[in-house]
Amino acid sequence: MKALAARRHHPMALLVILLLALVATGGLYVAFQPRDAQAEAYTEEDVQAGEALFLANCATCHGRNAEGLTDSEGNTLGPSLIGVGAAAVDFQVGTGRMPMQASGPQAQGKPAQMDEEQTRQLAAYVASLGPGPSVPDEEALDTSLGDAEAGGEIFRVNCAMCHNAAGAGGALTRGKYAPALTGVEPRHVYQAMATGPQNMPVFNDTNLSPEDKRDVITYLESLEETGSPGGISLGSLGPVTEGLYAWTIILTLLTGCAVWLGAKAK
Amino acid sequence: MTTTSDSRTTGTGEKNGRMMKLGAVGGDWLDQRVGGAGLVKFFARKIFPDHWSFMFGEVALYSFVILLISGTFLTMFFVPSMDEVVYDGPYEALQGAEVSRAFASTMYISFELRGGLLFRQMHHWAALVFMVAIFVHMFRVFFTGAFRKPRELNWLVGFSLMVLGMVAGFTGYSLPDDVLSGNGLRVIDGLMKAIPIIGTYLSMLLFGGEFPGTDIIPRLFTIHILLVPAAILGLIAIHLVMLVAHKHTHYPGPGRTDRNVVGFPLFPVYTAKAGGFFFLVFGIITLISATTAINAIWVYGPYDPSPVSAGSQPDWYMLWTDGGLRLMPGWEFTVFGYVISLNMLIPFAVYGGLLAFLALYPFLEAWVTGDDREHHVLDLPYNTPVRTGIGVAWISVYLILALGATNDLIALKLQLSINDLTWLFRIGIFVAPVLLFWITKRVCLSLQRQKRNTVLHGEETSRVVRTESGEMLEIHEPLNEYDRWVLVQHDDYRPLKAGNGVSSLRAKATSFFFKDRIEPVTPTELREAMEHAGHEKHVIDEATGGDYRIPAEKAHH
Repeated sequence: MKALAARRHHPMALLVILLLALVATGGLYVAFQPRDAQAEAYTEEDVQAGEALFLANCATCHGRNAEGLTDSEGNTLGPSLIGVGAAAVDFQVGTGRMPMQASGPQAQGKPAQMDEEQTRQLAAYVASLGPGPSVPDEEALDTSLGDAEAGGEIFRVNCAMCHNAAGAGGALTRGKYAPALTGVEPRHVYQAMATGPQNMPVFNDTNLSPEDKRDVITYLESLEETGSPGGISLGSLGPVTEGLYAWTIILTLLTGCAVWLGAKAK
Repeated sequence: MTTTSDSRTTGTGEKNGRMMKLGAVGGDWLDQRVGGAGLVKFFARKIFPDHWSFMFGEVALYSFVILLISGTFLTMFFVPSMDEVVYDGPYEALQGAEVSRAFASTMYISFELRGGLLFRQMHHWAALVFMVAIFVHMFRVFFTGAFRKPRELNWLVGFSLMVLGMVAGFTGYSLPDDVLSGNGLRVIDGLMKAIPIIGTYLSMLLFGGEFPGTDIIPRLFTIHILLVPAAILGLIAIHLVMLVAHKHTHYPGPGRTDRNVVGFPLFPVYTAKAGGFFFLVFGIITLISATTAINAIWVYGPYDPSPVSAGSQPDWYMLWTDGGLRLMPGWEFTVFGYVISLNMLIPFAVYGGLLAFLALYPFLEAWVTGDDREHHVLDLPYNTPVRTGIGVAWISVYLILALGATNDLIALKLQLSINDLTWLFRIGIFVAPVLLFWITKRVCLSLQRQKRNTVLHGEETSRVVRTESGEMLEIHEPLNEYDRWVLVQHDDYRPLKAGNGVSSLRAKATSFFFKDRIEPVTPTELREAMEHAGHEKHVIDEATGGDYRIPAEKAHH
C-alpha cells in the first residue's frame, strides 16, 4: 500500500484512474444493460447467405455495407442498418414491407417476398453488423402468460392514439399512417414495439418491459377473439361509419317504406 | 245523441248489431262525460295530403317514441355515478380495471342483462335516425317553402327540436363514461374555456370544479333523461297542434289551392298508414340494432383523461362542430393576460351564424318578397332558384365541416395526406357554397326554361316527319290540362326598385333573389303556341295520314 500511496502523485496516476473508471462504467453497463429475452443463435453460414441476399436485394438503397445511402440532394435512400438488430429485419422483411414495393410516404405491408429461411439469413447478417433487438422467443409471445387487462390499459395510453382503440388503424401527417393491427402476427407486433418501424416510436425494454409487450399482444388477441358482440362492426371506425350507415342504409329503408305507403293504390 | 235498436238483424249480423249497440252505448256514456265525440269527429275527418316526402317528420316522431321506450328501459339499470369500482363482469379484457359505476353499469347492460345490448343499440340507432329524419324533414320543408306564412313559428319550433335533439344526443353520448365520451366532454370543456373572462367559470360550474371531476355524469343524466326529453315532448306537442291548426300543405296540382287541403281523412286511411308506418320504423330500427354494432364502449375503455384514440369523432349530427375546430388554424393571442383563442372562437361564431341563418331564413325571405299571403300550396324547388341555391349552399358548408371532422378517416381509407385534405376543406368551405349556389340556381333556371317549353310545345316524342317539300317536323304530344296546371301555377316575383317605401337594401335583396327569372307563360303565348301546334299537326297529318308509327313498327304489326 505504501508503494501505491507513494506513487499517487505520479503524472500517470490520473490516467490510470480514468482508465479504471471507464472500465468500471463500461463493465457495469454491460452487466446491467437491457437485454432481449434471448438472442437467436445464427451460424456463420446464415450470415454469409444473408449477406449474399442483402447484396442482391437491399444494397441498392441501404449500401453495400448496410451503411445507408443518400442521393445527390442529401435525401435518405435507405437508412443505415448497423445496430437495428435481427428484430427489425424480421419485421420489415417478414411483413413484406421490405424490399419496398414503391417509394411513398411509408413502406406498405404486402405478402412477404422472402421465405422464412431467407428472412432468417438476412436477420443473421444484419445482426452480425452490430448489436440490436433480436427476434423474440416463444415465451415472450406466449399470450397464456399475458394479462389482457394490463395490456388494454397500456394499449389505450400508448398505442390507440395512432392505431385506434380497436386497432383499426389511423392517419398520421402527410399520407403516413398507423396500420390496422388486426390479423398481425404476435411476433411482428412485438418487433414493431421493440424497433419502431416507419413512423412508430421505439418502445424499448425499459419503456415497455417484455412482459408489458406480451400483455399488449394478449390484449390485441382478446380484442380479436371477442369480435363484435353487437353485430356488424362497420370497420370499428366509430361514429362516422355509424352515421354514414344511418344516412345510407337506414334512410334508404325508411324512404322505401315512405314511398310505398305514399303510393296511390292502383 | 240517441241510439235505436234494430230487431231485423239475425245470425252473425245479430252479434255485430249487439256489439255496435254496446259500442254506441259506451261511446255515448263517454261523450256525455268528456264530450269527446266532437273531438273524435274533428280528428277522424282531418284531411292529410298523400306524399312520401311528407313522412319524415313522422319518422322523427316514431324514433322519438322508440327513444322514450328504450330509454326508460336503460334508466332502470344505468347508474349515473362516477364512483370508482373494480370491474368484475364477464368481459375479460377489462376484468380488474378500475371503472366508474356509470361505465360498469353500461357494461352490465351490454353483457349481462338479457336484451340489454339490443336495447342500448336500439336507443343509439334510434337517436341517429331521429336526427337524420329531422334533417331530411327540414330539407323538405325548406326546399318546398313550407316555412312561409303561416308556418314561420312552427319552423322555429322545429328548429328548436333539432337543436334539442343535438343536446339530447350529446348528453347521452357522454353518459357511459368511456374514453370516447370523455374526449367529447373535453372538447366542450375546451370550447367553454375559450370564451373570454367567463369561460373558466362556466366550465367550473358545469363540471363542479376542475375537469372531469365527479359531478358531470349525474348532471348530464338529469339533463338527458329529464330536462331535454321534457322540452322535446312539449315542443313536439306545440309542433303538432300547430300542424293541425295550420292544416297540412300540399304539392301543386289541379284543384289544390291555398284555401283547401286535398287528401284523405285521418280515419281510416291515415290511422292505418301511420300506425303501419310506426311499426315499420320500429321494425327497421330493431332489425338494424339486432345486426349492427354501435358504440362498443368496451373497446374504447373506461374514461381516463390521458388517452385519445385515433378516429375519435362525435355522433354524425355533431361532426360539424368538430370539423370547424380541425379546419381552423391555431390562431390565438394574449390580451392583459387573457388568452384569446381565435381557433375556438371563430368556429364557435360560424356555428352560431349557420344556426341563426337557418332559424331566421323564413323571416328573411318574407322581408325580401314582402309577401303577406298565406301559403298552403308548396313550391317546387326549381321554381325558387335562389332559395334552393341558398339551401344547397348551407348544406355544403355543413357537409364540409362534417367532412373536416372525418379528415383522418378519409386520409386513412383513401390513402391521402391529411394535411392536403385539411387544406382542401379550408378552401372548399369558402368556394363550395358559392359554386354550388351558382350551379343550383342555373340548374333550376334551366329546368324552368325546359318546363316552359314543355307547356308551350308539349312533350317531344322523338318522332320526326319529313313532308313532301322536305321539311322536317318533330311530333309533339301536347300536355293535358292537369299536367299543364302544375307547370304554370307558380308565383312570379320581380326585383323591386328602391324608393316608394322600398329601401335600397331591400331593392338589392330582391335583385339578388329575382333578377334572373324565367318569364312565366302568358295566356296569349299559350294560345299562339297552340295555334301553331294545330298548324303543325295539320301538316304532319297530311304527310303521315294520321299514322304516327315509324316504318319498323308498321312492319311489325
